[in-house]
Amino acid sequence: MISIDEKICVGCGQCVDICPGNLLELKNSVARIRDVRDCWGCCACVKICPKNAIAYQLSADLGGTGAKLFAHDSPTKLTWQILKTDGEKTFLEVDKHQANKF
Amino acid sequence: MTENFFADVLIIGGGTAGLFAAIKISELNPATKIIVVEKADIRRSGCLASGVNALNAYVGKNHTPEDYADYAFNDAHGIADKNLLLTMARRLNSVTQQIERLGLTIEKDAQGNYVERGWRNVKINGENLKPILANAVKKFPNVTILNHVNIADFLLDGDKVVGAYGFNTRKKIFYNFTAKVTLIATGGASGIYLPNHSGGSRHQMWYPPFNTGAGYAMGIRAGAEMTTFEMRFVALRCKDTIAPTGTLAQGVGAAQINSRGELYQQNYGNTTSERVFAVTAENFAGRAPCYLQTVGISDAQEKFLLDAYLNMSPAQTLKWIETNQLPKNFNVEVAGTEPYIVGGHTAAGYRVNANRQTTLKNLFAAGDVAGGCPQKYVTGAFAEAEIVAEKISETLNEIKMPALKTFNADEFERFFANDSPFTVDELEISMQTTMDEYAGGLTQNYRFNGRQLDLAVANITRIEKISENLRAENMYDLLKIFELRERLTVAKVLIEHLKARQETRWAGFAQNLDFPNRNEKFNCFVNSVTTGGVTKIIFRELS
Repeated sequence: MISIDEKICVGCGQCVDICPGNLLELKNSVARIRDVRDCWGCCACVKICPKNAIAYQLSADLGGTGAKLFAHDSPTKLTWQILKTDGEKTFLEVDKHQANKF
Repeated sequence: MTENFFADVLIIGGGTAGLFAAIKISELNPATKIIVVEKADIRRSGCLASGVNALNAYVGKNHTPEDYADYAFNDAHGIADKNLLLTMARRLNSVTQQIERLGLTIEKDAQGNYVERGWRNVKINGENLKPILANAVKKFPNVTILNHVNIADFLLDGDKVVGAYGFNTRKKIFYNFTAKVTLIATGGASGIYLPNHSGGSRHQMWYPPFNTGAGYAMGIRAGAEMTTFEMRFVALRCKDTIAPTGTLAQGVGAAQINSRGELYQQNYGNTTSERVFAVTAENFAGRAPCYLQTVGISDAQEKFLLDAYLNMSPAQTLKWIETNQLPKNFNVEVAGTEPYIVGGHTAAGYRVNANRQTTLKNLFAAGDVAGGCPQKYVTGAFAEAEIVAEKISETLNEIKMPALKTFNADEFERFFANDSPFTVDELEISMQTTMDEYAGGLTQNYRFNGRQLDLAVANITRIEKISENLRAENMYDLLKIFELRERLTVAKVLIEHLKARQETRWAGFAQNLDFPNRNEKFNCFVNSVTTGGVTKIIFRELS
């Protein structure tokens, strides 16, 4: 599922356009998800959000603990950040011009 | 308000097959007026929204397209069209080179050859495959992309498809498309069966929950011949996240083990359905849960897995890190999913000829919606799109632009005037539970019998009837109603196919308890044509 931080969202609407399920809408100039149970977890909105206002989270029934997954997309790399509830951060960088080695 | 569009070629679905077809037709004849209609946004729609980690259909060194066709035919336990497989397989390597030229990163050795994983895979960075295709298609001025438009049905003139009609998913705008030829490329069908998680994570599923079988449903309603719906696909996945397992099995060589630590795969065979069956059987024998054995992989392999899953199924990487159960130290539990209808993996879909023409005039099909040709994956969808593009370019000037055919806007409007005690969600779960309990879903370990299938028909028929009265408040509601009705249409035909194949051929995908063994009498295709809501089964010889 995703969570949207309404205080950070600037209402640009890019996530609304990109969602493959038409699940997002702008309400009072901020993005919201119509029904969070309908999220597939593809992270298209997480990647496109210019403000990192959207995070992917594992729901309780998937074993989630509340950690959040953010992404920053650039033409050459995708930088992912996992923020655990205790504040621990993990960064993972994927070079777009680097293919799998295995 | 209704907007009218005219095109030489109407492409329904802006996914792998649809976009590649638009590119290829444009290359062959840049004057062809093409409209691509997509219900979401072509940059991230369909099954590759989050990316893909390997090209799984490729003809490796010392192998031939015939080898690939034989492999896929045997994996399908003999129910596939060898000619379709071969016509696809011959193009797999060339389309791989083409997609590399469009910008896909593919691993190469020092000599510049693709690095193969097994003999049917090449290693890639496919997170951005959809954006690459979207950028490529936007360069052609003859192609019009309409995002956020959902097609409801074909427009017919007798047995000829002359276009399609639909609606905007956001604003109250209806569309009428008139076209010389139409390509259906809407993907397969998920959400027909009760998924692994039915609560807060009901859409944490293998195939996109937004691929609702729209193309199948339109074809069924128009009387197209469908093939092999009874060959449902069940994916073997990482438990809970429903992330792929192929990367663990093929990427780092993880073997399947049960809770006692025993290797068991060799007891069951190694076709796709046998690998799923193995897990079901081990669970039944009291040796659950089953795992992919990742304990002991190297640091480099673990780093690869973390990145690879971010590139296709980010939930799995998050889970590993969030729970601190990294794959080097903990084996990954596996589970089967609910069944899907998907022609990229099994042989289910439109019956097509070698040119990917359907049985309806001027209608082509490619990708997951096209039947007879399993194991096509991404590159197979490209191959089919190229075949379609060549045939269309060859024949387009022989086809006249059809006269404008209009649809009745009341087909959409009436849902805004309806009053119903039920919601789409209620009817959806009712359909999914029916299919799960009576038509061999996940909780039944994919087992069913004839009496249960009869009950499934009765229930689905009832749900279809009450879905007529569902109420829409906005265009998104209307989309949900149409998606539900597409799934119901597919479900009904699927049940008829399950009834007709009186044997058990792919035990991992479906077990007919009235006919628990394979029967060579059914070395044939089970096809169907639906007219006026009645589905007639046609048995066809294997070609």
